[in-house]
Amino acid sequence: MMAEKVLQIRDLHVTFDTPLGPLEAVRGVDIEVEAGELLGVVGESGSGKSVSFLATMGLLPTRARVTGSAILAGEELIGASPKKMRDVRGRLLSMIFQDPLSALNPVHRIGDQISEMLRSHQDLTHRESGKRAIELLDIVGIPQPADRARQYPHEFSGGMRQRVVIAIAIANNPKVLIADEPTTALDVTVQAQILEVIERVQARFGTAVVLITHDLGVIARVADRVNVMYAGRNVEQGPINSVFDHPSHPYTRGLLASLPRAGKQRLKPITGFPPNMLQPPRGCAFHPRCEFAAEICRGDLPELRQVDDLQSACVRAKELPRIGIFV
Amino acid sequence: MTTQLLKVTNLVKNFELRLNNGARRRKRIVQAVTNVSFAVEKGQTLGLVGESGSGKTTVGRCILRLIEPTSGTVEFEGEDLGSLKFEEMRALRRKMQIVFQDPFASLDPKMTVGASISEPLTVQNVPGDHTDKVIELLELVGLAADHAQRYPHEFSGGQRQRIGVARALALNPALIVLDEPVSALDVSIQAGVVNLFEDLQQRLGMSYIFIAHDLSVIRHIADRVAVMYLGKIVEIGDQQDVYEKPSHPYTKALLSAVPVPDPKSERARQRIMLEGDVPSPVNPPSGCRFRTRCWKAQDVCAQEEPVLLQRASGQFSACHFPET
Repeated sequence: MMAEKVLQIRDLHVTFDTPLGPLEAVRGVDIEVEAGELLGVVGESGSGKSVSFLATMGLLPTRARVTGSAILAGEELIGASPKKMRDVRGRLLSMIFQDPLSALNPVHRIGDQISEMLRSHQDLTHRESGKRAIELLDIVGIPQPADRARQYPHEFSGGMRQRVVIAIAIANNPKVLIADEPTTALDVTVQAQILEVIERVQARFGTAVVLITHDLGVIARVADRVNVMYAGRNVEQGPINSVFDHPSHPYTRGLLASLPRAGKQRLKPITGFPPNMLQPPRGCAFHPRCEFAAEICRGDLPELRQVDDLQSACVRAKELPRIGIFV
Repeated sequence: MTTQLLKVTNLVKNFELRLNNGARRRKRIVQAVTNVSFAVEKGQTLGLVGESGSGKTTVGRCILRLIEPTSGTVEFEGEDLGSLKFEEMRALRRKMQIVFQDPFASLDPKMTVGASISEPLTVQNVPGDHTDKVIELLELVGLAADHAQRYPHEFSGGQRQRIGVARALALNPALIVLDEPVSALDVSIQAGVVNLFEDLQQRLGMSYIFIAHDLSVIRHIADRVAVMYLGKIVEIGDQQDVYEKPSHPYTKALLSAVPVPDPKSERARQRIMLEGDVPSPVNPPSGCRFRTRCWKAQDVCAQEEPVLLQRASGQFSACHFPET
């Protein structure tokens, strides 16, 4: 069964010019998002997970050099005109961020902010968009939506603001919703609520969701597939159970093994440090920290290859023992 | 038999909030910490968990008197800290140190790492040349001797946190308050720093108060765990008891909200979904502060404030309708 691909990112590169020289934050990323799925994108700070999607959204500053391709519903987004991107954003592709307060306008009522998004892409009267805004607030689980629509962002708690931002993002029923660390700033009990809202939206509207996070627990809970990033590259992708049960890439293994679990056994950190992206290591960027590194790992940049039910960028993936992390 | 190092009794910290609301000026009190009591044994780790606004950081700072408690006592090795004069307190701080969350903000960017680490020795008038001590400390936390001449910006987050730990260790403290010491670090780096804390405790025998919102880290490192909600301890007990048979509904809900990195068990889990957010500490709910979000709440919860009662050996919870 081939699922429809709603977003296809191919060979994406993003380079920033810094006083210390060019910094390639994204170095040839391929990501496919299937219709209606929840794709988790994990990686540590500096892995390029946010930058890849900011580039796709056309939200990077002009000094960033972006090459490659991102095709959404048949349309190329990389290099598209600002006018076209304004039309795409909010209608086909939406993005929400970690801090909901900075995404909302403090001097406008919540209902008006949702209405504005509706009317910028649909031919609606104020009355119609106002009514729809209240419905959207209800969908994201805000009690007394008609009253709340007349309030301002400061009258909402952190969790409620994130719900409002989700309501704005889904107002025009986009094909893909990108959620960049949407629960990182929230308390765990509120995080659970927001994840539930995202799942509900995904199920109700068939929206594909890309959830960018560093929290493997969150991924384990909601994702259908996972894409693991390291040093501006994909290192592994596949169905959630496969990636967590028998990861093929030593970095994924290392990440999973470093997490504290029930019981007092000693934690296993990944040795060394994340690479300096001004001078990334030759070949596989993970090789200086990898216990399985061999001469071949210092050669060419490894590409994703099929290894059983996963795609792995480890050239030694087939030789390595496929041990489970959960014994 | 272990012995008590620190005893906190009925600790209260209120912050005054001055609101300028047009013509009216109102004074409001934020009850950050209300009647918190606990003890820390020598060589043990007490984990302090809670969501934002629960008062866990304020407790840590009151213990060191970095902020003055409104009332209550803090006894360290049997001595009441509240009765000490400024100079006496300063001398005692040798034995009590703190490591902060943000390794980028807690080091002076213009001081070499060596100078930062030896500063506590200078402040406390430890005689002699500190070079050897600095090298010893750097090696103790897994850094190299030649790092002493470098500046904080040359280090990664995990390394900076190690520098902060080396500085806290300089005076051989008996107690270190670790305030979210690994929250700012990437997971792969976090594990190494947690291991470092464990190794140091084993070698040097100090006690920790480990403040964190990450329940899985606390589970790993703590001997005893205190769960805070809106300025109060709602449950305290041995790590295993609190995690395996939580007594307070809030503890149970909190544990069930934490996603575990295992898709199969994560999806099979029964989850308690709490409604709403934590109420404001300016105007906390009457009676039990958790009652507004609790599925077990009855009238009595609004009227009577529950007290911490022993539910099992060493496990206390403050609830009218405890789980166990």
